[in-house]
Amino acid sequence: MLTIKILGSGCANCKRLEQEVRAALENTNIPFEVVKVTDYTDIVAYNVMATPGLVINETLVSAGRIPKRPQIVEWAQQFAAS
Amino acid sequence: MRISSPLPRITHDRQAFALTGLGVLLWVLAFANVQRIAEWLTYDVLGISAETHLGAALSFFLYDVPKIFLLLFGMIFVITTLQTFVQMNKVRELVTKRGEGVGNLIAAGFGALTPFCSCSSVPLFMGFVQAGIPLGITFSFLITSPIMNEVAFAMLWALFGWKVAVVYLISGITLGVIAGIVLGRMNLDRYLVEDVQALRNKPVRQVTTAEERITWRERFGRGLEGARDIIRKVWLYILIGVGIGSLIHGFVPQDALTGIMGAEAAWWSVPLAVVIGIPIYSGEAGAIPVASALLSKGAALGTVLAFMMSVVALSLPEMIILRRVLTPRLLATFVAIVAAGLIFTGYLFNALAPMLM
Repeated sequence: MLTIKILGSGCANCKRLEQEVRAALENTNIPFEVVKVTDYTDIVAYNVMATPGLVINETLVSAGRIPKRPQIVEWAQQFAAS
Repeated sequence: MRISSPLPRITHDRQAFALTGLGVLLWVLAFANVQRIAEWLTYDVLGISAETHLGAALSFFLYDVPKIFLLLFGMIFVITTLQTFVQMNKVRELVTKRGEGVGNLIAAGFGALTPFCSCSSVPLFMGFVQAGIPLGITFSFLITSPIMNEVAFAMLWALFGWKVAVVYLISGITLGVIAGIVLGRMNLDRYLVEDVQALRNKPVRQVTTAEERITWRERFGRGLEGARDIIRKVWLYILIGVGIGSLIHGFVPQDALTGIMGAEAAWWSVPLAVVIGIPIYSGEAGAIPVASALLSKGAALGTVLAFMMSVVALSLPEMIILRRVLTPRLLATFVAIVAAGLIFTGYLFNALAPMLM
């Protein structure tokens, strides 16, 4: 089970990132849960200085942008395999 | 973590460079011919005389809109592509190593590169505080960020010429550096919001960050995406701003504003412009076209720019974002010092105007 964290305090891009993650992983059989981290002190604790941030299994994979769906799937597969 | 791609990297990059080169060529061709096309459309195709109010307003609109969008697209593409090289953590390390002065300059320069928004400004502010970076340096970033960014630069270039854009950039950074140093000397740390203060004593948590190998194709791709996203956000404001500007341009009598906002106006016209601008808010996208029209009606360059910077840089939405990290007292100090800086910038531009326009 992957724990995917979306770091961001409810800005438009944070919501879009969550949608993208769900849409990207919908058609894979990777089990995952999405956790939204909205408190700034928690966000900063991940060393993120631009939201939205994407954290998979406690590893920060991107910050300040919305990755493409194939990219998200690739990350998810790599973390699911390890 | 490695990102694998189906095609060898070299092929990808070659294609990316070829396409980008072609794009640049088309861009230059379009940019060189905007005015010709606008005049041809207004005077020849639509048959409206340049002497009429409508003709003046229309050719202004048809010329300015494509020019603004071309410059906007080009600037955002370049800046976003460059930003793929910038790593926030590296910048933070760099600033930490430098003290007052150089640190302020790096922070202000960085503020000019990033737009001010709730997405980045608050986490960045907190990230700086957490790393123990002096407050003054953090403020340098915070002051320059809303005043200067690629959108403002492109629009100033389109409507006021590149000289004004460059001097505006330099004065924005100078303002950020000086105001940051002043604020830093005032020992205001205790006026940060409590949980932000608490960050100072919190050790930075070790997080693993995925290693990313990024190709040129991806860099250019992000540049294009950035341009698309930002233009999608601001195009309406630009059209409204240019629309109002065109009406002023075509219908307000020449020199109507000379007495109130002109170079010969009373000394207090600059501070007044700044004070009036504080509660008003508009993004630079809407404010700059209006400012340019005011200028054409006899207002002085410095007075107009001071008004515009005040509208863009000091505003209610910005204060709401900053209130998350600053106590009201510190927020008030911040506004006062930035306003003083804007007034100074206004006088400076009024003095330099003959050389710039």
